[in-house]
Amino acid sequence: MTLDPAHLDYPHRSYGMDHQRYNWSMLTERPKVNWPNGKKVALWINVNLQFFPLNQRGVPFAVPGGMTMPYPDLRHFSLRDYGNRVGIYRFLKLFDEFSLTPSFAFNAELAQRNPYLLNTIKERGNEIMAHGWNMDSLHYGGQNISEERELVKRSLGTLRELSGQDISGWLSPARNESENTPELLAEQGVEYFCDWVNDDMPYRFNTDRGSLIAMPLSNELEDRFILMNNQHSEDSYVEQILDACDYLLGEAEQQGGRILALNIHPWMLGQPHRIGKLHKLLEALTAKAGVFSASPREIIGHCGV
Amino acid sequence: MKNDPGFYDYWAYDQRPKITWPNGAKVAFWVAPNIEFYELNPPVNPQRKAWPQPSPATPGYSIRDYGNRVGHMRQMALLEKYGVRGSISLSTALCEHHPEIISMCKDRDWEFFSHGIYNTRYTYGMSEQQELEMIKDSMETIYRHTGQKCAGYLAPALSHSERTLDLFAEAGSDLFGNEGGIYTCDLFHDDQPTPINTRSGKRFISLPYSLEMNDTIAYVVNKVEPRRYGQMIRDNFDQLYKEGADSGTVMCIPTHNYQVACPHRLRAFEEALDYITSHEHVWVATGREIAEYYLQHHYDAAQESILAQQRGVSS
Repeated sequence: MTLDPAHLDYPHRSYGMDHQRYNWSMLTERPKVNWPNGKKVALWINVNLQFFPLNQRGVPFAVPGGMTMPYPDLRHFSLRDYGNRVGIYRFLKLFDEFSLTPSFAFNAELAQRNPYLLNTIKERGNEIMAHGWNMDSLHYGGQNISEERELVKRSLGTLRELSGQDISGWLSPARNESENTPELLAEQGVEYFCDWVNDDMPYRFNTDRGSLIAMPLSNELEDRFILMNNQHSEDSYVEQILDACDYLLGEAEQQGGRILALNIHPWMLGQPHRIGKLHKLLEALTAKAGVFSASPREIIGHCGV
Repeated sequence: MKNDPGFYDYWAYDQRPKITWPNGAKVAFWVAPNIEFYELNPPVNPQRKAWPQPSPATPGYSIRDYGNRVGHMRQMALLEKYGVRGSISLSTALCEHHPEIISMCKDRDWEFFSHGIYNTRYTYGMSEQQELEMIKDSMETIYRHTGQKCAGYLAPALSHSERTLDLFAEAGSDLFGNEGGIYTCDLFHDDQPTPINTRSGKRFISLPYSLEMNDTIAYVVNKVEPRRYGQMIRDNFDQLYKEGADSGTVMCIPTHNYQVACPHRLRAFEEALDYITSHEHVWVATGREIAEYYLQHHYDAAQESILAQQRGVSS
């Protein structure tokens, strides 16, 4: 039994990363970020507005939260749709109650299918990000580049046209990418994207078409990850976020401004038994003197990245 | 394939010679931060894929990179606050990729032991010569960058062959005599060090490392809530501290800078560290310190006891 010698060959074993996408840089070595008014932690809430097609193809994998049953999987199709019909309106009330400025990541097909919802978000004036075409249109390694280019172009074009916003932010469905995704995003005028979870602050990400800003949208603190993937309780979700916030407030005292990024789904936290927990969480977060609500563009503006 | 790896004999917990630790400690406590490098696009081992999806595996790769970019400094500061010197289970290619991390841990007199070259290169399918070459490469890399004669091993991503422990013990002897290759973290059969049979007959032990206390096992595999993980650590300690009054035990917390050092998990970890280190009879040590002490003071009695127990059963 012998492995191919390539398994004991290490072509990238040298200083820095094993790729050219970004520079190796420890967070503590970077200049301190100062938020306005002496604030310590920027609270960035991003709401995912998603369309999960009933006829899911699952290429190259079935997206988490997608259909799991034989066709037609009415239970999951309608439960996800619940978020866009009911849950989101519970969210919006809370955002108003606590004067928050969240961003909204839209599947372009959802914006096309639900003009009322898109219009509601437009009228609020909050920042809209692109979130691909739908939850079954994944970007993935080995994907044909012209196919993916068309997907990126269609997603951004549709959302820009319907929203009237210039749309400079991107979150890939399931945060999955191909080896070409960053280039294709830069090519279509995207300025920041949120797929890479390797930092707590924004940093520069290289592409052949100029650099993007990688924005830290925590997966570990995501409602879907904690409640659905990890099966933790709602009370634990609240506790984990508050523990994270307190930790970041403390770290910011020494090391400069930090970001608490909450990626949330109306089909998850918008349920009647969970919305009260989100209320409790937002009440506790906004009561902290060092915390302020900020959109991704505001955060980038202050970071000078 | 064997039905038992044959590394150790059955040896009942209730009939062993008493273990004593320095200064009357009941528990030898060590923390083993895994500092790892996962490759974005490694060659695919025929028996185990590194990533679930076609490359690039953005989510999996990037959270591990978070550990080195962000998490490490937090964990190091916390361990320092509670007087713990880490015993690093090291993807040794990190010496080349991120020498800053190596240098600051060396400055703090932390221990480095081998966890292979990369955590995306598995032992499965390697010839004996290939595995020996990989193990020696990892030990030599540690020596070159830190001057330390690697004492311990945890196979990369816990991927083993039947010969892994034999090869590590022999590589240690070849490179550093009895100072290198003296303990393994790969076995989870006990709460005390135990002698391990290797083919060279070297004085070699298994040091309790604990899969159950491992943050990645707790958080990723068992999906434990952070505060509960903190409670599990304290409960684990309480029992080992109690039993340690009769005969010394070992407690290890294996950590990962991309798990335990996330902002929502640090409070629970800090409370647990505070709890453990506030007890009087705890020997806060490194892996090598515990292994060497055991080899010097308890190994021979243990071997005798194991043999006596075997004879007792067979007579």
